[in-house]
Amino acid sequence: MAVQTGLDVRVEAGRTIVTPRGDWTATNVPAFDAQMRAIEKDATPGRVAIDLSQLGRIDTSGAYVISRVLSMDGAPQAPDALIGDHHVARQLIELVYGKVTPTAPEPPPGPGVLVTLDRAGRALHSAWIALLTTLGFLGETMAAGVRGLGRPDRIRWAPVFHVMEQAGLNALPIVATLSFFVGAVVAYIGANILSQFGADVFAVELVVIAVLREFSVVITAILLAGRSDSAFTAQIGSMRMQQEIDAMRVIGLDPIEALVLPRVLACVVMTPLLVFGSMMMGIFGGMVVLWSSLDISPGYFIVRMRDLPIQHFWVGMVKAPVFALVIAVIGCRHGLEVGGDVESLGNRVTASVVQSIFAVIVIDAIFAMIYMELNI
Amino acid sequence: MSAEPVIQVRGLETRFGSHVIHQGVDLDVRRGEVLGLVGGSGTGKSVLLNTIIGLKRPDGGEIRVFGKPIHNASRAERHAIEQRWGVMFQGGALFSSLTVRENVQAVLREHIAMSQALMDELADLKIALSGLPPSARSKMPSELSGGMRKRAGIARALALDPEILFLDEPTAGLDPIGASEFDELILELKESLGLTVFMVTHDLDSLHAICDRVAVLADRKVVEVAPIPELLRSTHPWIIEYFQGPRGRAASAKGG
Repeated sequence: MAVQTGLDVRVEAGRTIVTPRGDWTATNVPAFDAQMRAIEKDATPGRVAIDLSQLGRIDTSGAYVISRVLSMDGAPQAPDALIGDHHVARQLIELVYGKVTPTAPEPPPGPGVLVTLDRAGRALHSAWIALLTTLGFLGETMAAGVRGLGRPDRIRWAPVFHVMEQAGLNALPIVATLSFFVGAVVAYIGANILSQFGADVFAVELVVIAVLREFSVVITAILLAGRSDSAFTAQIGSMRMQQEIDAMRVIGLDPIEALVLPRVLACVVMTPLLVFGSMMMGIFGGMVVLWSSLDISPGYFIVRMRDLPIQHFWVGMVKAPVFALVIAVIGCRHGLEVGGDVESLGNRVTASVVQSIFAVIVIDAIFAMIYMELNI
Repeated sequence: MSAEPVIQVRGLETRFGSHVIHQGVDLDVRRGEVLGLVGGSGTGKSVLLNTIIGLKRPDGGEIRVFGKPIHNASRAERHAIEQRWGVMFQGGALFSSLTVRENVQAVLREHIAMSQALMDELADLKIALSGLPPSARSKMPSELSGGMRKRAGIARALALDPEILFLDEPTAGLDPIGASEFDELILELKESLGLTVFMVTHDLDSLHAICDRVAVLADRKVVEVAPIPELLRSTHPWIIEYFQGPRGRAASAKGG
């Protein structure tokens, strides 16, 4: 029987009789959805019947769309609700009838200003909480570290060296390349502007001081945040998703001691070395640019550089282990707070990178204020 | 029961490197039946399931679903077949970034164009049919218990009103009450929707309760396909051990 799928409606003695024709399956019904809704709206409640005799194939989606017009009626069992015979339609309609209950509508959002204020307040609050938890976690890690100092045999050296290679040694090429370019850029700017005052030679001081005090350590820290901090969060986070962290706790392994401490330790050791490499490359980049653009020979560059006080080097270097500590701690903390689903893993990795870069810049500013007070 | 089996496996071969999993597997699944697949660990039950649903290419032999060779079907044919089956994976395999309702809608959206209102209603209908309460609709998969996740997996598998339902260990990890509720759900769906069900299971109770026939995978092939009373008379050593062991006897005493 090749009846074309369709729908007839007729009114008979005050009753609306709906006759679906042909196949009413999931693929076909969306076409009649609007029409059926209109019938449901127009018909007198309780005075709708369905004629099943023209139906072909039917599935639960079709049965649902058909039975919906009965919704205001008593039930599909009512004697005059369904007319005509069909081998499965009655059974299916009875199965799906009344199964879909309306979901409670979401409370309407308040006026726009309030919503914005509400969101701002929540964001501020969660930032405050994030700061507190990070500080708490930092304290926990330090305590574990102090405990570890007393018992060096308890420190897991194999993962420490592994992370030193992953986060430290393997980062050297990219850190070195970027530092070279940063040094070169500073030199170009210096050469350009200082030569307008006839103070070209001071470009050497500009490059050396800027690279030693600020650029090297900040560039290294930001790369560390993007490269290793995200990896820490993802590694520890996926271990959490697999319940590995729970398993460690049950066995009596402290996750802070086993996972966090090696990473923090490795970062704190390796970052100053990375920063040193970055300083060398940054100065080299500046030297190359000044040589080619201002004709300042490398020999003269080094002579001028040696006249600078060594404190510039230490001002930059002192920041390295602090940044490393903060970045590693933030990365590990977010990893341990990953929830059960993939979404939260993604959110945590993002949050950990953003927060650690944020922390690096803020701490750098605090260092700058301290140095100014100390006059160094 | 129509003459042509909905799933036809002929001479299937599967190898992982030099390790032969299947050799000459023959299996027919008839329309409207619940077929259980059993076998020891490592006999390739899940591999067979994955091969039938086209996730894995066989190393030999042929598989026909609805009469079409699934591994040599054109893109359009594959798409048409995919609309006619639903698969529930072992852990539910719900998309973890979507709510239960959005999980069901993901299937509808992919295959059929319809209004959001109708899509919401149809998704809610499948969720209700799978036995989940309305409060589960807007929950994320991570907020659900294991049993609810499986039900949500069924709801998603039922989204397009499939003719075949594939279930991978549907009752594994459920408590006995949850497991028998699940058996009832599958039986009810099979009877009211006329589903053909292909399930991989280890649950002897659920084999007794809902399977029309049971296929036994051993010695790299399907050694027997029969209703349980017949299998109980089998002389194959693994089948005897499986159904006549202490657990098997307990389940058959309960199942009658």
